[in-house]
Amino acid sequence: MAAQAPGTPESAQPGGYGGDYGPLPGGDALRAEHIGKSFGAVTALVDINLHLGRGEVLGLLGDNGAGKSTLLKILCGFQRPDSGGILLNGEEVTLRSVDYARSLGIEAVYQDLALINQLSVYHNMFLNRERVRWPLLSNKSMRDTARTHLNEMGINIPSVDVPVASLSGGQRQAIAIARAVYSDAKVLLLDEPLAAMGAKEVAIILDLIGDLKRRREVSIIIIAHNYGQALEVCDRINLLQHGMITFDKQSKDTSVQELNDIVVAEYRRALQERQRS
Amino acid sequence: MSKMTEQGGTLLLPDETPGTGNGTVDRLRRGLGVFGRQREATILVVTVALLLYFGLTNPTTFVSRTNAVDLFSENAAPIAIIAVGEVLLLICGEIDLSVGFIYTLAPFIMFYLNVYYGVPALLAIILSLVFGLVCGWVNGFLTVTLHLPSFITTLGTGFILGGLALYLAHAEPKSIPPATVGYGDWLGASPWSQTIWAVVIVAIFAVVLTRTRWGLHTIATGGNQLGAREAGINVGRIKYGNFMITGVLGALVGVQTAFYLNDIDPLAGGYQPMFYSVTAAVIGGTAMLGGSGTIIGAGIGAVALSTLIDGFDVVGISANVVQIVFGGAILGAMIANVQLTRLRERGRT
Repeated sequence: MAAQAPGTPESAQPGGYGGDYGPLPGGDALRAEHIGKSFGAVTALVDINLHLGRGEVLGLLGDNGAGKSTLLKILCGFQRPDSGGILLNGEEVTLRSVDYARSLGIEAVYQDLALINQLSVYHNMFLNRERVRWPLLSNKSMRDTARTHLNEMGINIPSVDVPVASLSGGQRQAIAIARAVYSDAKVLLLDEPLAAMGAKEVAIILDLIGDLKRRREVSIIIIAHNYGQALEVCDRINLLQHGMITFDKQSKDTSVQELNDIVVAEYRRALQERQRS
Repeated sequence: MSKMTEQGGTLLLPDETPGTGNGTVDRLRRGLGVFGRQREATILVVTVALLLYFGLTNPTTFVSRTNAVDLFSENAAPIAIIAVGEVLLLICGEIDLSVGFIYTLAPFIMFYLNVYYGVPALLAIILSLVFGLVCGWVNGFLTVTLHLPSFITTLGTGFILGGLALYLAHAEPKSIPPATVGYGDWLGASPWSQTIWAVVIVAIFAVVLTRTRWGLHTIATGGNQLGAREAGINVGRIKYGNFMITGVLGALVGVQTAFYLNDIDPLAGGYQPMFYSVTAAVIGGTAMLGGSGTIIGAGIGAVALSTLIDGFDVVGISANVVQIVFGGAILGAMIANVQLTRLRERGRT
């Protein structure tokens, strides 16, 4: 059990890690303390203690069904934890809704992307944050801004007027990420942002995250399956196993090998236990 | 990265529609294309064709002021106004079967308030609309808060409202309260008033659906309810609101029709106006799958249905045959709708 107790001073250090990305400004952007969550008889999260430094990029790894997505949905206000607390910039907050979490600067990209197939690209990019000149939508302004942002990111789509349904998986994902990135979020939560993407799109998104990291203005939690990509882009890695954070190291202090070994060892141990009983 | 095969890195180029070099022909073709892509195009063509057919074959009877009033004010307008509410509900994945009974009961509310309780005429009319609002709220409460499927919710509330109307009125029609007659002209008694109401309501809600946050969130709610919630949209509020809009519109049509027919009948309304308006919505291009629909289309659909009802009446074909045609029209429209959507999705990039 390598879980760090909350409040260890390490996160507050203006650490010099992260290679050419420069030091972190210091302090915690987000801290989760003793988060627990059950769905009926199923316990998804037992006791989650997690911290995210200002400007830090934290990789959250773990098996399927370990509770990563549940944790993300709690941190963005979509679900309420059964126990435990969340601190934003050191202040305790109750994230009572997605809207409220957004107003505090927490923005999420869900695994299912939360895009509306029937709506155009630009309406999706401004979903629930529409620009309005009451009572009408300012479609032109939203269309122009969406086009500018997607061009800046290097994402080519035929037109921002087409419904999202007509785009490829990778393009849809890029749009969901663009929506979150351009929302002036202070904390960005990304659930498998690279899952359905082609090589070029992966490069675009990794560049984008790298760019955010360089500026150190946004703190990011990335849920990932690919250990190599996670180590490449994240400052620090947390491993989530059976509802707890069981591993917490700087990326430079660990390796794909070590992460693999831990997960495989865990699997073997569980298998043996099952065989014994 | 198991899903990496999908569209690996093939990003589309910005679209450049190749022109033929001939400006006018090009513009015309693009114009036709834009028109053809509008979901309302099909129903508009069908409606115009129907109007032309009945008009050309019955130049004296069909093309007359009396008949036009029948077609638009008596038949089309009530269907169109209720269809506005049903389209909003169908888009967010719900339906209201009870709206026709709100229609039945609303004029009785006006009658009893004015005649028995001495409520001033205008206030009685407004309160009958508030009654529709409350009915919509109850439908929303049962569907959203208590998680009943709206089909069942409104089946139940429809029976209750229909029963209440019969019970309160002892199954007897009432005459329009004299005090309200002055407002009746504005609402529905004069020949064109109901048509004007319908056009204005369709126009307003067409803008609400396509150009406001409410419309966008209604589409989002029906298109991807989980996604809409994840984006922070209060989908419950959207559904409550659309049930309430439908309730008010149902009550309005009930009161209007009572004035138009100069009679408050406990057997007016019922399922027929609801089924007609859902039919209008469907043939107008609203799929019952949620997430898409058009209010203008439903308005035109209401005219198409009314043209059939009225046209067959003029020609002298029995109303029973009309029902067969309706059935065919619903199925035809739905087949076109579903198959076109499938084609569109297969052709997706």
